[in-house]
Amino acid sequence: MGDYPSRSANAGTGGTPVTEGREWPAGASARVAENSFHTSGPSGSGLGGGGALPRARRFGAERAFRGLTMAAGTAVLVVIAAIAIFLVAKAVPALRANTENFWSFEGWFPNDAEPKFGIGALAFGTVLSSALALLVAVPIALGIALYLSHYAPRRLGTTLGFLIDLLAAVPSVVFGLWGREVFINPVRDFSVWLNEYFSWLPLFGGDGPFGRSILLGALVLAIMVLPIITSLSREVFLQTPTANEEAALALGATRWEMIRTAVLPYGRPGIIAAVMLGLGRALGETIALALTLGITFGISFNLIENGGNTIAANIANAFGEANETGRGALIASGLVLFAITLIVNITARAIIYRRREFTESAA
Amino acid sequence: MAKRIEASNVTAYYGGFKAIENINLTVEPKTVTALIGPSGCGKSTFLRSINRMHEVLPGARVEGSLTIDGQDIYDRDVDVTAVRRMIGMVFQRPNPFPTMSIYENVVAGLRLNGVRRKSILDEAAEKALRSANLWDEVKDRLGKPGAGLSGGQQQRLCIARTIAVEPQVVLMDEPCSALDPISTLAIEDLMFQLKDKFTIIIVTHNMQQAARVSDRTAFFSIEKTGDPGRLIEYDNTQKIFSNPSVKKTEDYITGRFG
Repeated sequence: MGDYPSRSANAGTGGTPVTEGREWPAGASARVAENSFHTSGPSGSGLGGGGALPRARRFGAERAFRGLTMAAGTAVLVVIAAIAIFLVAKAVPALRANTENFWSFEGWFPNDAEPKFGIGALAFGTVLSSALALLVAVPIALGIALYLSHYAPRRLGTTLGFLIDLLAAVPSVVFGLWGREVFINPVRDFSVWLNEYFSWLPLFGGDGPFGRSILLGALVLAIMVLPIITSLSREVFLQTPTANEEAALALGATRWEMIRTAVLPYGRPGIIAAVMLGLGRALGETIALALTLGITFGISFNLIENGGNTIAANIANAFGEANETGRGALIASGLVLFAITLIVNITARAIIYRRREFTESAA
Repeated sequence: MAKRIEASNVTAYYGGFKAIENINLTVEPKTVTALIGPSGCGKSTFLRSINRMHEVLPGARVEGSLTIDGQDIYDRDVDVTAVRRMIGMVFQRPNPFPTMSIYENVVAGLRLNGVRRKSILDEAAEKALRSANLWDEVKDRLGKPGAGLSGGQQQRLCIARTIAVEPQVVLMDEPCSALDPISTLAIEDLMFQLKDKFTIIIVTHNMQQAARVSDRTAFFSIEKTGDPGRLIEYDNTQKIFSNPSVKKTEDYITGRFG
């Protein structure tokens, strides 16, 4: 306790939590901090032996370590800034050369003498395929996770959990090839069936051909993001305090009611994080979609007709034959994808942050 | 509102391990019964078998018969959730639902019972919180997280949550062991008030507490580690603490063993 460098630093560390503690109902940590502050005072001067306080050390391991960690932190910023500058520098000339509106033009001809390209259709395809994939994957993943954590016998749960983690280890190009060669057949049959009976819905309209559609891409994506969401939310569900589960059961809850009362609310931030990680993978997924989508440029909600494209898939498909402007255009599209991912992440954090009062006191 | 509990030949297992053997005892309505005994003697196991919480643990099972006003709660046709609604439980550590507000915690049990109307929930919440001597402390912050209260308040919140569903019996598993003396006193006072309405069974390590709060006391013990716990003596609290009939009880309450 005597080696606090100075009193003001001590008061600083003790002071912040105390002022927070005024508004914060838990107050426990604040009170501890307050106490340690008061007790450290007398014992600190006791060690000083009644003489003058020792001088704060100017240099030492503390400083060196602080500098080291700060350098590591700064390095990240430097790398990010370097990447950002590079991307913007490459993208801007291409965007200047574009003779059409970058946001609304539906097509990608950046290599022509008069470059024409637009991000709208690609961004739309990216968001649509990912959203559809999550729509399919999240309920299934949460169902599997709950089964593994709360219903399955322990041994079965462990084995199944392992198999699902194995699914995450399959390379995406394998998923892409499988989707293109095998999975396309049932999806095509299903699409034809949907078209026959539900063609009055714009989602399932059109005259074909069917198969290499947003639906196929989204389903393959759903299978790919399933393991991440499953294993993360399973971990979260397993962490629910037994005391809370028993509290719900003792109130007369059935197992499902117990899960609704204790497990799901407790795991909410974790579930959101898991879904966001899955969404991140879906948005950025490249090769599987490049292989399974029909690669057309157009904004359409039709899910079953051949077509669809995403930003990442387009980069994979178009990079090989791109010239200088073409590469710049692709980099610009990458910036847009980055922005979409950023918005998604910020939204997720905002959702978690809004409920922090309840989730933090859970810890 | 309060019912008689009769246990006959209750034996409980954790997998292959027999935790308690042939427990026979009758708990009268509107009394406080204390279960005391050394660690590992099966008092908590017995308590948890009264509202069928024992079987929640994997591999755990109960034999024998436990009736509440003559109805066997282990009957195959009995809905286990109905048993637990009738026999509420307060745990050793305060366990309010961390994601819920104080109000939500209190009405959680009613919500599980399908009560939706706000006016009924409001009324029940206030009544339960008043019964738990917590209303005045929390009435202005019902929307705040339940986990933000002090330990003693949290435990009273858990008691409010338990009694909000108006059970017949309230089981308490060392409800004060995680609390400071003042909070303990508050909860003991509360038990005196609650026994007007409920049958209360409390497990406690604290013999002074058993002597203070209970009408009847059951002393559990084991021969040695690994043996099942047995009921050694069950009598009026005053008799147990002044003139026990079994030597082992006397040794335990005078501090000579356990």
